[in-house]
Amino acid sequence: MSKRIHVSTTVNGDEADFLCDPRETLLDCLRDHLGVMGVKEGCGTGDCGACSVTLDGRLVCSCLVLGVEAEGKEVGTVEGMAAGEVLHPLQRKFIEHAALQCGICTPGILVAAKTLLERNPDPTETELRYWLAGNLCRCTGYDKIIRAVMDAAAEMREAS
Amino acid sequence: MALDGQKTAYKYIGTTPNRPDGLDKVTGRARYGADISVPGMLHGAVVRSPHAHAKIVKIDATKALAMEGVKAVITRADFPEGLEGEDWDLQENCMAGEKALYDGHAVAAVAATTPLLARDAAKLIEVTYEILPHVTDVDEAMKDGAPVIREGAADFSVPEGMHPNVVRYFDSGRGDLDKGFAEADLIIERSFTTEAAHQGYIEPHACLGQMGADGRGELWVCTQGHWFMRRMSTAVLGIETTNIRVTPSEIGGGFGGKTTIFIEPLSLALSRKAGGKPVKMVMSRNEVLRATGPTASASMDVKMGMTKDGRITAAHGTFRMQGGAFAGAPVDVTTMLAFANYDIEHVHHIGYDVITNRPRQAAYRAPGAPMAAFATESVIDELCRELGLDPIDTRLKNAAKEGTRATFGPKYGPIGFVETLEAAKAHPNYSEPLGPNQGRGVASGYWMNWGGETSASVAISEDGSVTVSVGTPDIGGSRASMALMAAEAFGIPYENVRVNISDTGALGVNEPTHGSRATYASGLATIRAAEECIGKMCKRAADKWGIDAEAVVWEDGCAKPSGPNAGEFPPMTIAEIAGEMGGTGGPISGHYEDSPAGFSGSFGTHVVDVEVDPDTGRTTILRYLVVQDAGKAIHPAYVEGQFQGGAAQGIGWALNEEYVYGEDGRLQNPVFLDYRVPVASDLPMIDTVIVEVPNPGHPYGVRGVGETGITPPLPAVANAVRDATGKRICKLPLRPSRVLAAIQGKEV
Amino acid sequence: MNYHSPSSFEEASAIAAGASGTTRFLAGGTDVLVQLRADIVTPDDLIDIKHIPGVKEISRTEDGGWRIGVAVAGAEMTECADLCADWPGVVEGMDLIGSTQVQGRATLVGNLCNGSPAADSVPGMIAAGCTVTVTGPEGSREVAVEDIPTGPGRTVLAKGELITGVTIPARGEHGGDAYLRFIPRTEMDIAVVGCAVNLRLDGDTITEARVSLGAVAPKALLVEEAANAIIGTTLDDAALDALAAAASAACNPIDDKRGTIEFRTHVAGVLAKRAAKIAYARAKGESA
Repeated sequence: MSKRIHVSTTVNGDEADFLCDPRETLLDCLRDHLGVMGVKEGCGTGDCGACSVTLDGRLVCSCLVLGVEAEGKEVGTVEGMAAGEVLHPLQRKFIEHAALQCGICTPGILVAAKTLLERNPDPTETELRYWLAGNLCRCTGYDKIIRAVMDAAAEMREAS
Repeated sequence: MALDGQKTAYKYIGTTPNRPDGLDKVTGRARYGADISVPGMLHGAVVRSPHAHAKIVKIDATKALAMEGVKAVITRADFPEGLEGEDWDLQENCMAGEKALYDGHAVAAVAATTPLLARDAAKLIEVTYEILPHVTDVDEAMKDGAPVIREGAADFSVPEGMHPNVVRYFDSGRGDLDKGFAEADLIIERSFTTEAAHQGYIEPHACLGQMGADGRGELWVCTQGHWFMRRMSTAVLGIETTNIRVTPSEIGGGFGGKTTIFIEPLSLALSRKAGGKPVKMVMSRNEVLRATGPTASASMDVKMGMTKDGRITAAHGTFRMQGGAFAGAPVDVTTMLAFANYDIEHVHHIGYDVITNRPRQAAYRAPGAPMAAFATESVIDELCRELGLDPIDTRLKNAAKEGTRATFGPKYGPIGFVETLEAAKAHPNYSEPLGPNQGRGVASGYWMNWGGETSASVAISEDGSVTVSVGTPDIGGSRASMALMAAEAFGIPYENVRVNISDTGALGVNEPTHGSRATYASGLATIRAAEECIGKMCKRAADKWGIDAEAVVWEDGCAKPSGPNAGEFPPMTIAEIAGEMGGTGGPISGHYEDSPAGFSGSFGTHVVDVEVDPDTGRTTILRYLVVQDAGKAIHPAYVEGQFQGGAAQGIGWALNEEYVYGEDGRLQNPVFLDYRVPVASDLPMIDTVIVEVPNPGHPYGVRGVGETGITPPLPAVANAVRDATGKRICKLPLRPSRVLAAIQGKEV
Repeated sequence: MNYHSPSSFEEASAIAAGASGTTRFLAGGTDVLVQLRADIVTPDDLIDIKHIPGVKEISRTEDGGWRIGVAVAGAEMTECADLCADWPGVVEGMDLIGSTQVQGRATLVGNLCNGSPAADSVPGMIAAGCTVTVTGPEGSREVAVEDIPTGPGRTVLAKGELITGVTIPARGEHGGDAYLRFIPRTEMDIAVVGCAVNLRLDGDTITEARVSLGAVAPKALLVEEAANAIIGTTLDDAALDALAAAASAACNPIDDKRGTIEFRTHVAGVLAKRAAKIAYARAKGESA
């Protein structure tokens, strides 16, 4: 065992502290030390995107970030997307468009799509597909995911 | 009560409401296999063989056990001896005995207080191997002199004189092949290969097991079928089936791969050895790819004859498949379905199930069917090209229809193959103009579907809302389908139905969510159990009104007198009947326990357009159309989702997915970086047409739709690449180097 | 594993120089963490260099070139419009590495120091004539990018040495660069072949060129013969064919799960042609 390190971070706006082995990833720490279970491990090597979170607003795979690197940073996960009872438009559109089957990739895809729409409120289908290329979905063939994000984007543009 | 006959007009069926578990799954609240933790739990890790084939000489866990926080180590010695048949295979696969049979085969497991500690401890377990010669290729494994995986593994079906690695043999057919081929104007024979593909579910296997010294315990696990999980895990551990209660978590994909056991009995055995502390085990992706079940790889020879006007006169196929170190490659299904799309008088199939030094294959969506379709639909495409025939018209000419005697024996009932072909032909994609280096491919496929052991219950709550309890895990929206069917049966709003996936302690036995059976079988069970409730509620109303139960009908969620002769009473709503049920005879519920046999198969026809880069051999999917018979689409959006998902998996298998073994017998690509499933930018939108030819064996006409969609893509893509390049490639995947070599006129 | 977060390169160098076991520097972590997770390399000392002042900066050099900090992520380069305008090939080489998520972390220097022959950002840097500053116990030196890798997983960096920044030369007039790679999918793969071309025009004629190939030899190659094939030409068909032939001739690849010798050799020529056309169009100020 390595010496444990104390980390102070912020998760979805709330301060959070944990002790971790320096080998533990941010994904491990979120799940095992902070109980943030919406972040999923599909591969542990940055190839599937199920563990996508934002780190100071930047989309990353939490399996490719060490827990100790979260010191002083702001982490955003799917758990922080809804405002109380009100779902984020992406979350609502995913349900309405049947954009999930098993749902294991859904949290990561929602976080990834949200960061795209924050930067580019009107992406083309191609831009969206390439942005999400690091988020594997094995159930849907992506069709309904793409439709849900495009529809959410259109709704968000109208609302703004 | 009018329960006979099939409904044709629906209020809820065919609508697309939000799925009941949608909110949980978009907010991160849904609990999957790895998401449960309990106080005092330990974490397990598995030691796996780095060798393809090796005698296990010694396992020394001294150093691992000396670590602080390490609580238990298990090896095969911790499992009972004397198992036979399938049970022995399961035990041997979960934990190697005398030999490690493939790269990734489990040889020991350890439980410790943290996941990292368990991993560190696993590294300290020293295993001494004596490396043996190995074989991973199906054709090589059948040759004289090939390393023998296991003597005596063959069953009675294998003729004398075959290599011991041939463990099952299939031979079936009818008619007179010579006569059939003599009637042909053109005969084409080709040899094909497909590589092993993995289901590629994004959620690795995970479980939390707890078992005491009395052999009783609990298992929380992501699985397609928790009764299967219970039966297999307890068999491997030599304990009574009911001793373990299995609760299914939400499941992050399965596609057949989560219908068997891997780490689950290990977690239970570790727990028992650690004094009953719960043990959580979560596979890494590397473990998933090396040690769970991909599908079989295949080597096939198919010969078909056709007349000038496009009639198939005879068909012969030989199918050799390896499914890893144990019997079970789905070559039986391959032979059964190889020519099942067509009305062929003279047909013969031969199948070989071969064992190799690879992981034990598991079911993968329409197991056995896509390989056969690749071979037969490619040959049909070639026959059509040579004879100048339209591929859809030719399929229409030969298509199986109601009354056709299937190539595997029985007569088809009402089926929708012709309808899928006609819809594909009429779809705009089929007449879209193609540019240079572009090509179009057509192929069809079939899955016979399944019923299986099914138990369900439906209970009326005090306010008239309804709880449906089924035993088939919701892997793609089935809660919504069950709720729709219950709503339709009761005539109550969809929102008034709650669907539970019950654990093994709450219902009778259920087969898994597999074989495209959940919507058919659990749906049928839901409807029948609802009808039992309705019968009881009609009786309660009749008693209250003082009339015969036969004089009461159920309409729109109410009991009503059946006509003027029955008397004049205001309708009683389900809520009114439920509110009084305590005093009118007690709780009202309905049950269903059966193995329904009224399932009926689903045909599909796919049309794909590709563009092939002539300088690099890279294939781009331009357009994709899935047309498939759903019988009756309960929730059309999730039916489309099944079509699209099956197509995407088939495209991956056709283009880039494959198990790559090195000379050393080790898997070269146990990582998503190199096991290349399609990513979002690889695919276009996937167009769908739902054909509905109702299945008379289901009250609403449902056919399972899950499997068929993966069957046509392999040949459809290969036929499109043939159209684009002029080259027939008989080996999958159509990786760029292979396609480029074909374009350059080299042998591939 | 000991985790260090030094506040200067000198401190980082000293930790590495004084370490007795396996040492890794951590910038984006997209290789280091994969190796850690897969039990390929578990460092005894992991030195996180992201707390060193300036490592996240992209700045102009006095001569109009660029200086890229060692912890600048790919996404930050892509978002720098002026850098993209000057060196689209360098940026697209970086941008092709991994997913959007990986782009949020992966760095040029990390990609270089990982030592993969298939590293996507390296041919673009070589073609552009980039250099890196190497700091160690003996002081600092400037090294051409092509001289850093020595073979698969290996670099010239000695114990205690680390790269402290990347310098991209001034773009200058009438120049253009491009990077293309071949992968089986559209994203998420390791390059089977990569090719970068950087050139300068006088009118329609190419006066300077550098061509670099990735994934076709134990390290990324600077192929002078390929450059010579197009210098002095207007990139006509004959020049393109000569370029392709020279690129293919320079290949010394391996057969592996990602590609064959034959395929890599052929596609190197195909990509060289295609990349040269794009670089040429960019040098002419045409959009491509």
